[in-house]
Amino acid sequence: MHRTGELYGQFQTLEQQKETAALGMWIFLVTEVLFFGGMFLTYTINRHAYPAAFGMGSNTLDIYLGGFNTVVLILSSLTMAMGVWSAQVGKKSLVTIFLILTLILGGTFLGVKVVEYKQKFDHHLIPGYHFDISYCAKSPTNCADLSPAARETEDKQLEEAERLDPDLNNHAQLYFSLYFGMTGLHALHMIVGAGLLLWLLKESVGGRFGPAYNTPVEIVGLYWHFVDIVWIYLFPLLYLIDRKAGR
Amino acid sequence: MQSQLPLYPEQASNFAPHIDALMLFISAICLFFAVAITATVIFFFFKYRRKTPGEIGVPIHGNAILETAWIVVPLFLAMGMFAWGAVVYVDFRNSPKDTLDIYVIGKQWMWKVQQPNGLREINELHVPIGRNVRLVMASEDVIHDFFVPAFRVKMDVVPGHYNTMWFRPTVAGRYHFFCAQYCGTNHSVMGGWVTVMEPSDYAAWLSGSSGSGENPVVAGEKLFVEKACSTCHMPDGKGRAPSMNGVYNNKVLLADGSTVVADDAYIRESILQPNAKIVAGFQPVMPTFQGQLTEEQILALTAYIKSLQAQPVPATGAGIAPASGKK
Amino acid sequence: MPRDHYLNATYGIRSWLLTTDHKRIALLYLASVTFFFFIGGTFASLIRIHLLTPNGFLVTPEMYNRLFTMHGVAMVFFFLIPSIPAVLGNFLIPIMIGAKDLAFPKINLLSWYIYLIGGSFVLYSFMTGGLDTGWTFYTPLSSVYSNSAVTPAVIGIFINGFSSILTGLNFIVTVHTMRAPGMTWFRLPLFVWAHYATSLVMILGTPVIAITLLLAGLERMFHLGFFNPALGGDPILFQHLFWFYSHPAVYIMILPAMGVISEIIPTFARKPIFGYSFIAGSSIAIAVIGFVVWAHHMFLTGEATYAAIAFSFLSYVVAIPSAIKVFNWTSTLYKGSISYDTPMLYALGFIGLFLVGGLTGLFLACLGLDIHIHDTYFVIAHFHYIMVGGAVMGYVGGLHFWWPKITGKLYPEFLARVAAVTLFIGFNLTFFPQFILGYLGMPRRYHTYPPEFQVLNVMSTAGSSILALGYFLPMCYLVWSMRYGKIAGPNPWPATGLEWKTDSPPLTENFHVTPQVDWEPYDFKNRKDLGLEAGAPLAPAHGDD
Repeated sequence: MHRTGELYGQFQTLEQQKETAALGMWIFLVTEVLFFGGMFLTYTINRHAYPAAFGMGSNTLDIYLGGFNTVVLILSSLTMAMGVWSAQVGKKSLVTIFLILTLILGGTFLGVKVVEYKQKFDHHLIPGYHFDISYCAKSPTNCADLSPAARETEDKQLEEAERLDPDLNNHAQLYFSLYFGMTGLHALHMIVGAGLLLWLLKESVGGRFGPAYNTPVEIVGLYWHFVDIVWIYLFPLLYLIDRKAGR
Repeated sequence: MQSQLPLYPEQASNFAPHIDALMLFISAICLFFAVAITATVIFFFFKYRRKTPGEIGVPIHGNAILETAWIVVPLFLAMGMFAWGAVVYVDFRNSPKDTLDIYVIGKQWMWKVQQPNGLREINELHVPIGRNVRLVMASEDVIHDFFVPAFRVKMDVVPGHYNTMWFRPTVAGRYHFFCAQYCGTNHSVMGGWVTVMEPSDYAAWLSGSSGSGENPVVAGEKLFVEKACSTCHMPDGKGRAPSMNGVYNNKVLLADGSTVVADDAYIRESILQPNAKIVAGFQPVMPTFQGQLTEEQILALTAYIKSLQAQPVPATGAGIAPASGKK
Repeated sequence: MPRDHYLNATYGIRSWLLTTDHKRIALLYLASVTFFFFIGGTFASLIRIHLLTPNGFLVTPEMYNRLFTMHGVAMVFFFLIPSIPAVLGNFLIPIMIGAKDLAFPKINLLSWYIYLIGGSFVLYSFMTGGLDTGWTFYTPLSSVYSNSAVTPAVIGIFINGFSSILTGLNFIVTVHTMRAPGMTWFRLPLFVWAHYATSLVMILGTPVIAITLLLAGLERMFHLGFFNPALGGDPILFQHLFWFYSHPAVYIMILPAMGVISEIIPTFARKPIFGYSFIAGSSIAIAVIGFVVWAHHMFLTGEATYAAIAFSFLSYVVAIPSAIKVFNWTSTLYKGSISYDTPMLYALGFIGLFLVGGLTGLFLACLGLDIHIHDTYFVIAHFHYIMVGGAVMGYVGGLHFWWPKITGKLYPEFLARVAAVTLFIGFNLTFFPQFILGYLGMPRRYHTYPPEFQVLNVMSTAGSSILALGYFLPMCYLVWSMRYGKIAGPNPWPATGLEWKTDSPPLTENFHVTPQVDWEPYDFKNRKDLGLEAGAPLAPAHGDD
C-alpha cells in the first residue's frame, strides 16, 4: 500500500493516477448495471406474464419497512457525499464522522432486511420445498406478527389471486425467487460496501485523506451511490407497483 | 434415398426448390467474392514480392471512393439475400387455412404422432402428396426439434409452448426425419421416417389400420362428458358456460370488450387457465384442469371441439362475437 | 540479448506467482490457455475418431455428449475468449502506447487467479461426472433433466466471467489514461483499437451471462422456476439471456485476431495499412452492432416473425464492417514489398479462412435458408472456420510475429512455414466437408448418423489428423527456440510499432525513458530508424536460412 500522495510505478503524474482510478470505478459500475439488469429483465417479463401472482407477492412485502429502508439508504448516500466533501476541503476529522454515520445507516438497512427475511422465513415464503403462498391464510396463528388489518388484506388478495391463477403457488414462488435473488444480490453488494467503508474508516482515523489525496473516499463513494441507486429501482419494482392480485 | 449428386437431399416438399434456389443464389454471390478476393490476394502476393532486402512498399493510405463502393455494393447484395430469405420464411411461418393437422409430441427420446382420425404412430409420420400438412407440436420434457431434410423444414418443439410448422409434400417416398435440438443421451437416435403417399393410398392406410388408435374426436367427446364439461358447456348456450358449437376458429367476445380468435392455443389456455380470458356474459366459475389432463387428452378435446364447428350455433350466439366485428 | 530484461529481473516461483508485471502475467496466461487448449483439443480428437463409423465405436452416447460439451466449454470460455487479449494484449498494449504497465497491474494478476479458480471448478465438473448439456446449457435440459455435474461447471464459468470483465476494464482505462505524450487515438496501432472494441464487449456482455448462469444454477440447486415450464418459467427466456452475451462473445473471440492481422500485413508489405480509420471504425461498429443480433440463434424457436426479420436484417448489417476489413487488408498488399515470413503466411491464411467463415454466415443469417441448415453441421463448419481458421490462426500468427519480442529469440523459419501451410491444409480438409454434411441434413451433436454420411465424416477425421500436426509442430519448435533459437535483436522484421523500439525481451518497465510520439503508424517511408532506405542491405531476419 503506497503512502499518501505517492505515485504508483506505472503512472506518470498524480493527476493521471487519480483519473485512472475514477474511470476504473465508473466502468466497473457499468458492468454492475448489466449484471443486475439481467435479473431486472427477468422480473419485468415475469411480472407481465403472471400479474396475479406477482401482485400477491408484492402484497406480502411491508411498504413501511421498505420505505424506511429507502430513506435510510438515501441518507447514507448523503453522509457518504459529505465524507467525500470533507476530505476535499481538508476537514479530516469530519471524514471519520461521516464514514461512521454511513456505516451505521448501512447497518440499519441490513438489519431491517434481516427482519424482513426472517418474516418471510416464518411465513413459508422462502422458495423451496416448504414454499406455500397460502400458509398464513391456512394457519393465521403462525403469522401473528401481521396486524389483523394486514392479514385480512392478504387473505382477500390470496382469494382473488387463486381465482385468477390456478398455478398460483408456482408463480408466486417465481416472484419470491426473484425477490430474494435481487434483494439478496443487493444486500451482498452492501456488505461488500460496508467492508470497504470499514477499511476507509481505519485509514481515515490516521488523518490520511485530505485535499491532496482523497481518491479512495471518492471511488468508494461512487460505489456506494450506485448500490443506493439499485435499491431506488428495486423498491418501487418489488414493493410499490401493483400490490393487488386483481386487475 | 440420396440424390445422384450428393450435395443436397432430395427435394420432396413445396419449400425444397425455393430453399435450394436461395442456396444457389447466395452460393453464387459468395463464390464470386471468395474467388475474386482469393485470386487478388494470391496475385498481389506474387506480383509484389520483395525484390531487394531494404525495399519498402508504396504508401497508399486509403481511397474514399473504394471504401464507399465496397460498403454499398455488399450492402445491396446483402439486402437481396435478406429479402428473399425473409419472403420464404414468412411463407413458412404462416400456415395456409386448409391444412391437414397432425399432432406431434416429442419426448426423451421418441416421437408420438397422431393422425386426424386418431391413428397413432411412433417415430413414423405418414402424409399425403399435394396436401398442405400442418404439424402441431408439443414437448413433454426438454426442447426437441422436428427436422425433415428432404422437405427442408424444421421447427423447435418447446415444452410449455405449441409450435406449428407446415409443408406440402410433393414427391412420394420415404425420408429421414431427425431430432435437431440436443435433448440428452439419445438425441441422435430420436428420429424416424416420413412416408409420403398418394392421396388414395394415404386414405386407405388411414382407414385400413384404424384399429390401432381411437379417433381423437371420439376420445374427446368421451372426455367432454367424463370430465363434466358438458354440465356447463351446453350446446344451446343456456348453461353456465358458452356453447362450444361453432366456436372453433371464430371470434369470441370477451368480458373486457376485446375479441379473440378461438384457435388451438385459446382452447388449451381456456382448459388450463380458465380465468385468463372470460367470455362476455358469463361468470368466471370454470375450474382449471391443470395437472388433470395429459397433452394427448387436451389434443383430443380440442379435436372434438373443432368437430362441433358443423353443429348448429345457439340462437343467442353466446360468446361468439357478432359478425359486424364490433369491439 | 540485453543484459537486463523482464525475464531475468527477479528469480523464483514467488516472483512469478506474485508478479504485477503485465509481461509476466501474459506468460502465466500463455501457460494456462495452452493447457485448456490441450484439453479441448483432446476432446475434439476423440469426437472425430468416434465419428469414423456411423454407429460410433469409441465411446458410449453418454460419454460422447460429454465430449462435445466439454470441448465447447473448454475452448470457448477457457481458450478462445482469453487467448489473444490475455496473452498478446496483456503483453503488448502498455508497450504499444508507451506506458510502463496497465492501469491496474494488481487487478491484472487477480484476473489470472480468477481464471484459475473458475477453471478449477470446471475441471472438477469434468472429472466428477462430466458435463453433457452442450456448451449452450439450454433449459430445462441443463437445469432439470441432466444428470451431469452442471452446478460446478456453471459456477466455474460464472467465476471466469469476472476474469474477462477485469481484463476488459483494465484495457479500456489503460487506453484512455495511460497513453504516452503524442500518442493520439489515431496514432494508436490497430491492435489497440481492436482490443478496445473487444473490451467494450467484454464489460457489457459478460455480466449478463454471469447472471444468467447464476439463475440457471440456482434453478437447478433449489428447484426454482425461472426457465422450467413445469414451474411457470420460460426456456426461451434462457435462450435470449444466454445469447445476449454469447453472440457478442464471438466478437470477443475474433476482433483481437483481426487486430493481429492488421499489424502483420503492413509489417510484411512494408507500407501503411489501407484505410486505417475504416478498420478502426469497423472494429467499434462490430462491437456495437454485435449486441443487437443475438436472436439469429433462435429463428426456429417459435419467436415472433417480425422479430426474426429484424434480427436477420441486422445480422446482414453486422457483416459489412468485417467485409470492409477484408477489402482493406487485401488493398494493403497492392504495391507492397511483400516477404513470405511465417506471420504473413498466417495472416493470409486467416484472410482465406475468415472469408469462407464470414461468407457462410450470410447463409445462416438468411431466414429461409436457416430453416434448413439451423442446428446442422453447416453451423459447425461456419463457426469453426471463424474460430479456428480465424481466431486461432490469428493467435498463432501473432505468437510468431511477437515471439522475438517476448523471448528475444527467433524460431526456425523453414519449419514454421511448413507448419503454417500444414495447418491451413489440414483445417480445410477437416471442416469443408462439414458444410456439405450440414446441407445434406446431418444434425449436430449426433453420436451416430445414417450410413450415407460416412464418407464425408471420414474425410473430416482424416483432415483433423493433419490439423493436429499443424498445431503440434509450433508447440515443439517454439519451445525449442527459447533455448536454442538465434538472438532476435530489437526489431528483426522490421516493424513500426513502439514495441519494436524496446529491447527484445523488454525491460520490466518497458522503456528507459517515456517515449514522445511524433510519427504516424505504419509509416515505413519516414521512419529512417528502421534502416530501410531503398537498396540498403539488411541483415537477414530469419533463424536458419
